Amino acid sequence: MPERKIRVLVAKPGLDGHDRGAKVVARALRDAGMEVIYTGLRQTPEMIVESALQEDVDVVGLSILSGAHMALLPIIAQRLKEADMEHVLIVAGGIIPDEDIEKLKEAGIDAVFNPGTPTQEIVDFITSHVTLD
Amino acid sequence: MSNDDISRFEKSKKEWEETTLKKTLSARPERAEKFITTSSRPIKRLYTPTSFSPDDYLKKEGFPGQYPYTRGVHATGYRGKLWTMRMFAGFGTAEETNQRFKYLLEQGQTGLSIAFDMPTLYGYDTDAPQALGEFGKCGVAISSMRDMEVLLDGLPLDKVSTSMTINSPAAVIWAMFIAVADKRGIARKKLAGTIQNDILKEYIAQKEYIFPPKPSMRLVTDTIEFGTEHLPLWNTISISGYHIREAGSTAAQELAFTLGDGIEYVKWAIERGLDVDAFAPRLSFFFNAHNDFFEEIAKYRAARRIWAKVMREQFGAKNPRSWLMRFHTQTAGASLTAQQPENNIARVAIQALAAVLGGTQSLHTNSMDEALALPSEMAVRVALRTQQIIAHESGVANTVDPLGGSYFVEQLTDEMEAEAWDYFEKVEALGGVLPAIEAGFFQQEIADAAYRYQHEIDTRQRIVVGVNEYDTEEQLQIPILEMDPQGYEVQVARLNEVRRTRDNRAVKSRLADLRAAAKGNKNTMPVILDAVKEYATLQEIMDVFRDVFGEYQEQAII
Repeated sequence: MPERKIRVLVAKPGLDGHDRGAKVVARALRDAGMEVIYTGLRQTPEMIVESALQEDVDVVGLSILSGAHMALLPIIAQRLKEADMEHVLIVAGGIIPDEDIEKLKEAGIDAVFNPGTPTQEIVDFITSHVTLD
Repeated sequence: MSNDDISRFEKSKKEWEETTLKKTLSARPERAEKFITTSSRPIKRLYTPTSFSPDDYLKKEGFPGQYPYTRGVHATGYRGKLWTMRMFAGFGTAEETNQRFKYLLEQGQTGLSIAFDMPTLYGYDTDAPQALGEFGKCGVAISSMRDMEVLLDGLPLDKVSTSMTINSPAAVIWAMFIAVADKRGIARKKLAGTIQNDILKEYIAQKEYIFPPKPSMRLVTDTIEFGTEHLPLWNTISISGYHIREAGSTAAQELAFTLGDGIEYVKWAIERGLDVDAFAPRLSFFFNAHNDFFEEIAKYRAARRIWAKVMREQFGAKNPRSWLMRFHTQTAGASLTAQQPENNIARVAIQALAAVLGGTQSLHTNSMDEALALPSEMAVRVALRTQQIIAHESGVANTVDPLGGSYFVEQLTDEMEAEAWDYFEKVEALGGVLPAIEAGFFQQEIADAAYRYQHEIDTRQRIVVGVNEYDTEEQLQIPILEMDPQGYEVQVARLNEVRRTRDNRAVKSRLADLRAAAKGNKNTMPVILDAVKEYATLQEIMDVFRDVFGEYQEQAII
């Protein structure tokens, strides 16, 4: 039986509409053989958790460029945990200063990818951290 | 030139190819099989004259300040007046941004440019639930006319021009600005500035839309009509390619989609019953300046030529001011790297130089730290100094269109123009700009180009210095802007005070008038002005429109 594919939700929390990075990453993950669901823009933490549950994903990828990451990303990690999705890998990307990255990791974000990250690095991180049942 | 002369030229060229060139290539092959621009456009080894006719020159390039404006909109270029150095700024509270503007004016900046925060851009007040975490992050928060009064306090509105980057709520924010000027006794006809107000590129690229395209276009047309009548020095729209490019388009797509949007606005204004020559001189444009030096310069030159042709030939404009395209330029945010951020100073300088050689009317240079956070004061100063060095030390402002006549630049200009006309035809075949937006045409073209660009970097077909080549382990510490931690409280306290102290009955009645105007087909600007003057908040006004017009949802395309 062929191994099932890694399922990834790519989401844009917050209000900013800069979706270039989210789309490029979504496409790179798809080209790397993953199943990718892209939520579109302006997703509240509730909407993102709901989609993650419904789509039964292994990974949630969050793209945010407005600067509201400290307010929104920890809430999403918290809500995913509350929804029994602790096993889900949470990765984030955007304009995120170094000093915030540590705090986000403490808040349950597994990795933060800065501008300039090769898409292969994101693919590798996901494939090495997700174990398919 | 006679046919004899041409064949002599071709013969010499062939000889050169077979002797000098061949020898050189066999001694040292070229660095790559193919050379491409930032937009993946193939570039030839050498450009030589394609034409020897003065008639062609007059038709395609002409003289500066004359149709078709390829060589610029002013007969004397920058010898008369330098471009306006306009640094985009805004963060936190109105007080903080007001201080930054005063600093920039002291440093020699010559125009103001206001950035608004996300909630303001989406028509939410600072304390709305949707605004969580977004206050003041990428611009200043303006929830009512009171905030605008604080923002503009002590700024000489009758002496400097003010640009406001606002789209969906443009009519409301502009009304707040006008209301403050009214209160300070400054005549509306003296107010100079620009509102971005370009909703089409929001659907195409930046995605800060609220309403469906049609009611949005109606609001834009309302502002064009109001400005034409009352604010003759105001640019009621800045038709923007900047965000299209930032979203990942090529230079030619930026050019084509922006001008296509411009044509759409002109159609709507004419449909409204306005005379093309009454409003067209106040249409302005806004382009990106990316890394590929000559391609960018060709883009600006092609843009002017196409616009002149469209306005004169397609729309029958008679006033030469309607033919000439004026534009603002900003260096490419997406080109800045978080790695070795000081390298961005060099990138910005090259991009800014392209904008100047392309004949921009005003320019914002990005700060080196913008891939990391909001720019610090030091970083902004270096960016502004970069413009001043180009203006006063480089010598490029001494003559008009110094690259005019470059075989390479002229041929690239022609190529860019041809690509734009091809795109206009494609969009027309889809039924026009609005149907093409709804079909996701632009969005898909841009997503494809963005993905290709990233792929070229990932596979190292494209070198980005400090990112996939010449990287170092060393981390440079650059100072990051700290905002007033009490800013949010200050802003919400002011908002609550406004709600408490205004005449709430009058607000209610103005909002009812607004609802009636939105449902009808009269111009909404006068009623919006009445409402902001009673201190109706941004969100209260936008909620009326949300209710009447509905909210737009796009089909997400990867």
